[in-house]
Formats: sequence, structure tokens, C-alpha cells
Amino acid sequence: MLQFTARRLGYIFPIAIGVTLICFILTYLAPGDPISAIIPDNTPPDVAAQIRAAYGFDKPLPMQYLIWLGRVVTGDLGVSLTTRRAVLSEIIPACINTFKLAGGAIFLSCFIGILLGTLAAYRQGKLSDRAISSVGIAAMSVPQYWLGTSLVIIFAVQLGMLPATGMGNPSVDPFSKTMSYMILPMITLAVSHIGVIARSVRSTVGEILQQDFIEALYAKGLTPARVFIHVAKNAAPPILAIIGLQVANLLGGSILVETVFAWPGTGSLLNSAIFMRDLPLLQGTILVLAMFFVVTNLAVDVLQMALDPRMKNARAGSR
Amino acid sequence: MERRTFLTATAATALLPLASRLALAAPETTLRLAMTLTDIPQTTGQATGGGEGQRFIGTTIYDSLFAWDLSQGEKTAEIVPSLAESFSVDPETKLTWTFKLRQGIKFHDGSDFNADSVVWNFDKLINKESPQYDPAQVATAGSYFVGVKSYKKIDDYTVSVTLGSPDSLFYYRIVNVGMSSPARWKELGGDWAKFADKPSGTGPWILEKLVPRERAELRKNANYWNPKRIPKTDKLILFAMGDATTRAAALLSGQVDWVEAPPPDVVPRLKQAGMQIATNVYPHVWPYYLSYTDESPFKDIRVRKAANLAIDREGLCKFLGGLAKPAKGSVDVSSPWFGKPTFDIKYDPAEAKKLLAEAGYGPGKPCKVKFLTSQSGSGQMQPMPMNEFIQENMNAVGFSLEVEIIDWEALRARRAGRADGPRNNGVHGLNNSWNVQEPDFGFMSVMSGKRFPPNGNNWGLYSDPKTEALCEAVIAEFDPKKRDEKMAELHTYLVDQSVWIWVVHDLNPRGLSPKVKGFIPPQNWGVDLTSISMSS
Repeated sequence: MLQFTARRLGYIFPIAIGVTLICFILTYLAPGDPISAIIPDNTPPDVAAQIRAAYGFDKPLPMQYLIWLGRVVTGDLGVSLTTRRAVLSEIIPACINTFKLAGGAIFLSCFIGILLGTLAAYRQGKLSDRAISSVGIAAMSVPQYWLGTSLVIIFAVQLGMLPATGMGNPSVDPFSKTMSYMILPMITLAVSHIGVIARSVRSTVGEILQQDFIEALYAKGLTPARVFIHVAKNAAPPILAIIGLQVANLLGGSILVETVFAWPGTGSLLNSAIFMRDLPLLQGTILVLAMFFVVTNLAVDVLQMALDPRMKNARAGSR
Repeated sequence: MERRTFLTATAATALLPLASRLALAAPETTLRLAMTLTDIPQTTGQATGGGEGQRFIGTTIYDSLFAWDLSQGEKTAEIVPSLAESFSVDPETKLTWTFKLRQGIKFHDGSDFNADSVVWNFDKLINKESPQYDPAQVATAGSYFVGVKSYKKIDDYTVSVTLGSPDSLFYYRIVNVGMSSPARWKELGGDWAKFADKPSGTGPWILEKLVPRERAELRKNANYWNPKRIPKTDKLILFAMGDATTRAAALLSGQVDWVEAPPPDVVPRLKQAGMQIATNVYPHVWPYYLSYTDESPFKDIRVRKAANLAIDREGLCKFLGGLAKPAKGSVDVSSPWFGKPTFDIKYDPAEAKKLLAEAGYGPGKPCKVKFLTSQSGSGQMQPMPMNEFIQENMNAVGFSLEVEIIDWEALRARRAGRADGPRNNGVHGLNNSWNVQEPDFGFMSVMSGKRFPPNGNNWGLYSDPKTEALCEAVIAEFDPKKRDEKMAELHTYLVDQSVWIWVVHDLNPRGLSPKVKGFIPPQNWGVDLTSISMSS
């Protein structure tokens, strides 16, 4: 187990280098001058050259990459072109804001998704199963932009029950008011994940329920509740893998949801960096988000190993 | 005394202290404004974020030597002295500008504004050797000082600037140079990043709190030097809200009092909810720059005129919900720079067909042209449906128009690449909205033969001796009234030459809650938020 974790940790470094290289090159492939978004349209060439040099954009691309990588290794992601703030000081609060939203959305989507999926699996072929499956597909398919806007129109504009945008002023507002800002974006974010999780849980639990050992357990006289514990143990690893992907997705922030609700998380940071062509900010944010995926996947793999002895044995056997 | 009168008088006396206390504790008034920007612009003195950054951060926290007079909306805004009380230009050489500064003005931190502050601020943007030289601010404002040879303090309240050649437009260039406080910068250890969180200017608003990518909270500067412009609201909160629908929802739900650029299709809903929609024509134009390369059909004036006559601008404005005005040139007909063009830009498909036929095109031989546009972008309005509308119009008179839609930054890069550049091969027009607020940027940088990219924005490589002479005449004219006349001559000529295809002027819509009082939409890219009060 330890060896497995150490080996997977070792993979992180080449992956990280690959990610930095790809995100660096991709941002440079985009059309336009890296400083075009921050200089006025009538900037004379000598002034533009001066600005380019001040930010190091006059150096050859491989040199720029190495300089950037050297700084990244020391934890310095550079300075935003448009705001002058350190990229890391932009990313950290954005991550905290996204985590706040993602945390709630993860809880909501796991709770409702697992509940609905299990219910559908136990009621396979019945009306309730078909209803849950339809709801699951609808939830997966509904465009977040449309859903967010519709929720705002209903609950903020028409009913005036919840705030439409932003995250309020947490240093002044009471806790309940601060929380009220989270409800609509959290629901919007959770809905599609509820659909994915519900459908995955339904098919995994459904498959397990068809297996012979379930009948054997019933034949041994176990109560449905005791049988369910066995079902849950067997279903946990694949469901965990799906949830792991959803968590990584949610932690990465959603450009659409954060834009609709003017929520200052990583999605909105990425959106702003793209529109302003703020290369240091864009590179830094992509790198941090990509590393979230890598670390979350590692955590899920390790957790799966810990939960499922079959995987441990399979790995031991293959050695 | 009657019993009732006595009781009333007693009650009134008893309530008097309470009433006065209530009056003293009158609730704070706050104007909450949603910008279209996705982040709070740079707060160090030179705002990023283009015109919007300048109007909400640039001119709220900072003052410049000159400012736009935004107190009326009837005519185009004019430049007036601000921190400079007056100025003079050396009558002999026309090279040295002397600025007399207003006395008694203090920065938000209490330090004095004087000639040293002006020189210090010029250094921050020009002098690479000065410790306060700031590339981030140079990026925004470095171009304003092109042509400046030297500058110096004459006395505590007089500064002179010497240019390399006479340029009557110099004060237009420095209207956006914000004066930051040298004392605050020193207090913060000479760190512009720290200054950004605790800026100090001389403007009517003081930044109190900055939450990146979310909001900036400003408090009124009760000691502002111009008593007419002391803000009528206590606080101003600026929100970064990039999405148009989100802004509209925030206004409808009462979260903000003012939204920039509500989406046209939501405007009827806003009106229905009792919101005010403030509009006014301002120096913005939505045109197509035309290519003057050898292979471009637009080298022929008949083709240029035909294109201008092919577009149903009234229909287009209706399609845009009335939030645009048909253009008859770069500036609106009400502008003193409009002049008296003989070529009337209107919808006349019959004449357009006739002109195209004269130019050798007709049924079976359409005039094939290709335009570039972006899917969105600053001032671009709704480029995709607008281009589709125009494509239909132009094709109906004998053009065969292909429109290529690219990313906004890619469009800007293509503009910088000149019409004869390899990437623009086969492109005959470029749809890029333009700011025509001042003569150099609005006209010379896009129409002068000396301003081909990278020295300007004359993408199409238009070059014409008479245009050059008229541009020179404008630059050399130091009398504002006479310069307006020269600008009118220039504009008249450009329209008669049908240099671009001019389509519409944006009306710069803003959605305001019924509580917002006293807003005057100016004919300018700026706004004056100090005149606004909030009714309960």
C-alpha cells in the first residue's frame, strides 16, 4: 500500500512538468500579443517594446518557459498583468471561494445522487426507477447557464427570496445572509452531478443486486439491511471513482456558474484571465487546477485500494 | 393654552432631541453599480479596463490636469482645466506648454498637491531611472507622452512641458493621466502593489476596500476641492459583473442600483419593472475599416459609396431595440466636427446598385468582398447578428459578402497586422468599433497615411494628400473653436471620400433603479457619479 502510494506520488512530477509545458505552450498559441490587452490601441511600437521587455515577453519562448518554471518551483507563479497582484494571491482566495461552493455542491450531489441511485436500483424496472432515471438524465443534460439564470429569475427576481449574484459582504453580513448567497449557485452546480452520480450508483448497485452472492446472503437469512451493507461495500470502489472525478470537476470551478452568479472563484478567475489575455494568471490558474485533478485522482486511487482488498490482491498478483 | 395644544407642544419638546439624533444618524446613502468588467481595474492611478475602467476607477479616485466636462448631455463634452487652473502655449515656438496648478488641493492622505507631485507623476510614466517608474501604469498611459521632450517644475504651482513639435492636441492626450500621491507611495515603502490596495489621489471618491474580482468600496471625499462635485451619496460600491444577464437580474432583484450595458432584449422587462434606461449618443462608432490594397474593390470610391448606401441603418437600429443611432459619418450629426458632407449616408439600394454597375459589377458578377469581425469585444455591440443583417443588405444590392468571425484579441492582432499583411490576405474590411472622442485617436490614428500599423491603427492603409493636409491643419491649430472648424473640414472630406463604411453609433444604455436621481448621460465615454443622489 505504501509502495503503491509512493509510486503514484512519483508519477506526479512528470505529470506536473507535462502540464506546465502544455499550459505554457497553449496560452502562447492563442492569437494576439501577450500585452495587447493592457496597452491602449495607439501605443507606439517603442513603448510597446518597452512594456514587452519589462514583462520578459521579448525573450525566446523556451527561455521564458524555463524562467517561469524556475519561479514555479519556488512557489512564485508570477504577477498578474492586469492587476499587478501576485498570481498566487489571486488564486488562493479564488480557490477558497470555489471550495466553499464546491463543498456544498459535493455534499448535495453525493447525498441526493446516492439516495436516488440506490432507490432506483432497488426498484429496477418500476415506475419510480423510470422516473428517477429520467430525472437523472434531465439533470445531466440541463445547461448550467440556463438553469442558473432560471433559478435567479424565479427565486431572486420574481420571489425576492434569495440574492441574485455575488457572495455578499461576509465581514459585515450575518452568517445566514452569507449562506443565502450560496444557495442558488450551489444548487446549479450540484444538479448535473446529481444526475451523473444517481445514474452511476443505479447501474453499479443494480449489477451487484443481480449477483449470486446476494441471493446467497438472503438464503442465509440476512435481513435486507444487513444485505445492503454488503451491497454498499461492493459498490463503494467504483462509485468512489465516479465521485472522485466529480469532486475534481467541482473543485476546478465552473466558468459558467461562477459567471452567472458573479462568484469570484477559480472559474471566474480563469474567465477573466482568458478575456484579458493575462498570461501569467492564465498559466498559474491552469497549473493549479490541473494539479487539483492529479492530486484528487491520486487520493481516490489510494482510497479505492484501502477500501477494496481485491484491488490490493490484484496488484500483488500482477507483481 | 388649550389642553390639546399643550399636549402637542409637550410631545414635540420631548421628541425634539430624539428627532435631532435621528437626523444626525440619517442613513448612509450608497450607489451600487455593476460594471461589465470581470475585475476591478488597476487602482494605482492609470486604470486598466479601457473607457469603463477610466470612468469608474480613473476619474473617481484620481484627477488629472484636465478633465472632460460631464455636467451636461446636450452637446459633446469639452475638455476643461481640472488640477491645472490654466495653461498657456509659447506663442513663438508653440512647443512649450505651461500649466498653472490649482492651489490648496490635498491628496486623500492629506499631503499637498503641487508642481513636485506633477513632475513625480510624469516620472512614474516616462523616466525609467526614477524609483516610481511603473511599467504597469506605463502600459496604460505611456503612449500619452509620445512627443514630450522634457518637463520641469517652474515654481511650486507651475509646471512646463516641452514637445518635439507643435501639437495642439497635447491636452487631449494627458486628460487620463491620474495624479497619484507621492507621499502615500513613500509611506508604503515605494510598493505599487501595496499602493493599489490603499491608493491616494485627489479625486471625489476615496477607496475604502478592494475585494479583487468582486467589488471596490469607495467613500465620498467630503473635502473635495471642487464644491460643485462633492458626491451626493456617501458610498459608491462598484461590482465586477461580466455577464449582461447577471447584471440585469441583479438590478431587477434590487442588489444593485445601476447596471452598465443591459442586454437589449431585457430592456423592455427592465422598463416594465420601473427601471430607468438612460441613453445618449456619445463618441462611439461601429464601422468597417476598408482595405486600400491593390486587390481591394474598395479602392474604387463608387464601391465604397455603394456599400454605405446598401445598409438599412434604421432597420438595424430597430433590430437593436432602439439602442443605436444610424451613423452618417464617424461622429454624430450633432457634433461640431460633423461638417457639411455632400455625400448623404442613407439607405438607398437603387443608387447602390447603380454605383456598383458603374464600377463594373452586376448580376452574374457580384462584388466579392470579405469582412472580419469578432464574436464580442469592447464596444462591438452585437457583432454577429449585426453582421448577418448587413450581409443580407449588401448582398441584396450586388455584393457577395463573406464574414469571418474570430476572437476579439485575434481581431485586434489582425488589425495590427495591416491589410497587406499575410494573415489579412483576401480580407477587405475589418469591423472594429472606435472611440472618436478626441482628434488624434479617433481620426488621425486610423486615417492618416503616417499612421500605418505599428505606428497607428490605419489598418486599411488609407493614404491621401488632402487628408494629410487637413490632419496637419488640425494639429497646428491652437484655437479650440477654429480647430473644431478644421475638424469639421476633415470629417466632411472623409465622409465625401466614403473612407469607411459607417453603420451606427451606440447609445450606451444603462439601467438605473428608480431610486437613482440626478444622472446626466453625457456625450462622452466618461460619467460623473458625483451628481447622483439616492431617493429612499
